[in-house]
Amino acid sequence: MQNQLQRCRLKNLKVKQYNRNQSKKQKRQFTGIPGKFDIFKNYFIYSKYHMKVYVPNSAFLGNMQGFIKKLELEDDSKLEVSFNKQWMSLHPMALAMVASLGLKMNHEGKPIHCEEIEAKSKPYFARMGLLSYLSSAQEIQIRKHEESGRFIPLRTIKNNDDLKKLLEDINPIFHGKEEQVETVNYVLSELIRNVFEHSLSNIGAVVCVQNFKASKKNEKPNRISIGVADTGIGIKKSLSESYPTNNDLEAIKLALTPGVTGRTRIPGGTEQNAGAGLFFIKSIAKVNGNFFDVYSGSGFYKLLTSDKKRSSLNADPNFDKHSELENLPHWQGTVLGIDIVLEQTEPFINLLKNIREFYFKIKKIKKKSFYKRARFI
Amino acid sequence: MEIKMFDEFGVFGEDKDKAKNIRENKILPALNKGEDIILNFEGVKSVTQSFMHALISKVIREKGTEVLEKIYFKECNDVVKEIVRIVTEYMQDPIGLDEKNGIH
Repeated sequence: MQNQLQRCRLKNLKVKQYNRNQSKKQKRQFTGIPGKFDIFKNYFIYSKYHMKVYVPNSAFLGNMQGFIKKLELEDDSKLEVSFNKQWMSLHPMALAMVASLGLKMNHEGKPIHCEEIEAKSKPYFARMGLLSYLSSAQEIQIRKHEESGRFIPLRTIKNNDDLKKLLEDINPIFHGKEEQVETVNYVLSELIRNVFEHSLSNIGAVVCVQNFKASKKNEKPNRISIGVADTGIGIKKSLSESYPTNNDLEAIKLALTPGVTGRTRIPGGTEQNAGAGLFFIKSIAKVNGNFFDVYSGSGFYKLLTSDKKRSSLNADPNFDKHSELENLPHWQGTVLGIDIVLEQTEPFINLLKNIREFYFKIKKIKKKSFYKRARFI
Repeated sequence: MEIKMFDEFGVFGEDKDKAKNIRENKILPALNKGEDIILNFEGVKSVTQSFMHALISKVIREKGTEVLEKIYFKECNDVVKEIVRIVTEYMQDPIGLDEKNGIH
């Protein structure tokens, strides 16, 4: 009898143990969190169904995909933002992404949970305006020496007046090295007008610009870094009427090809769109050997840095030295980032001459007199 | 007819809506009357390709390349000149993309 009871208890225990293990297994499958983090499982079960952004210690154009891969963007009922505990330094592209999510949530009246920042970078994020976009009222003392203006803090650009003001405000951040103002103004204008014309976003673009000082320690040159993010319809949908594509990456590459616009398939484009804007931006980065990242939907294209002496322009972005990713967390809209290295950047006129020569190459035209010439007086 | 571009948009021509206004309200009506047009870029530091395209692509498409004999680009610096060349040449023989020929 006792033996029977023992066997029965043992069986019950095994069943309970089995059930417990099954339950743990299901929860692990559900949360995707390994067993050693079970202490956090309730938090993660709770937060699985929200957009989650983890701000890492570093997200620049060279390693942006690491930041993007960790985004959780499936459900936008709530946004949770957490931060690296030690230190953080971000490219304006990453800042513009996080801010544009905050802008969208605020616009739609949805909640944002912004973790208290413990890292020393807290004043930097406050100065860049990120905490305002995340509706965070964290107490911060801002150091006055940052007033010198090496950056344009995050700002929303919704119309021509906002863009004009941005272009007026850009000069001081060059600190006397104004040779590249033309290039930076050109890039900003083209990128932001793309948002106005193609994103169908009713909350505009979030833009951020920063002048990073040269660093002897990590051999980084003095550069102007630009990030522009929107939460509009994305490149694939924008091109879909004229150039339907199978996936977001294919759409990004088409958008980088000269002559491609979402408005028409007619060569030469429409009266307002030639389909050359992003090709010009890619060319500016290529000629100067700089990074240029484009992220839209679940596709990501990164023009890699190259020896500018050996760079030639390509109409097909597949022929440029680049990396690409598909099936990333789906970004509803488009994000672009570019670096313009001040000392290395060719004068803007040289870039334009390069583009014109390249155009003759595509058309296999040997004599420029083929065309009726514009008359200059 | 002479149009002072600096008075229209300042040192940097990038506003395509303004380009469209100049095109529709000044350039095309003057050309329709048979007048020559002088686009005076004195004081303008730079323009974007998109701006220049919005300013003159429709004019070239509607009136043909002969219209370039009636438009004069005055006081252009090197950057503006190069953008004018890129856009006027591009509109005479634009880049196309199709499945049969690829980029051509």
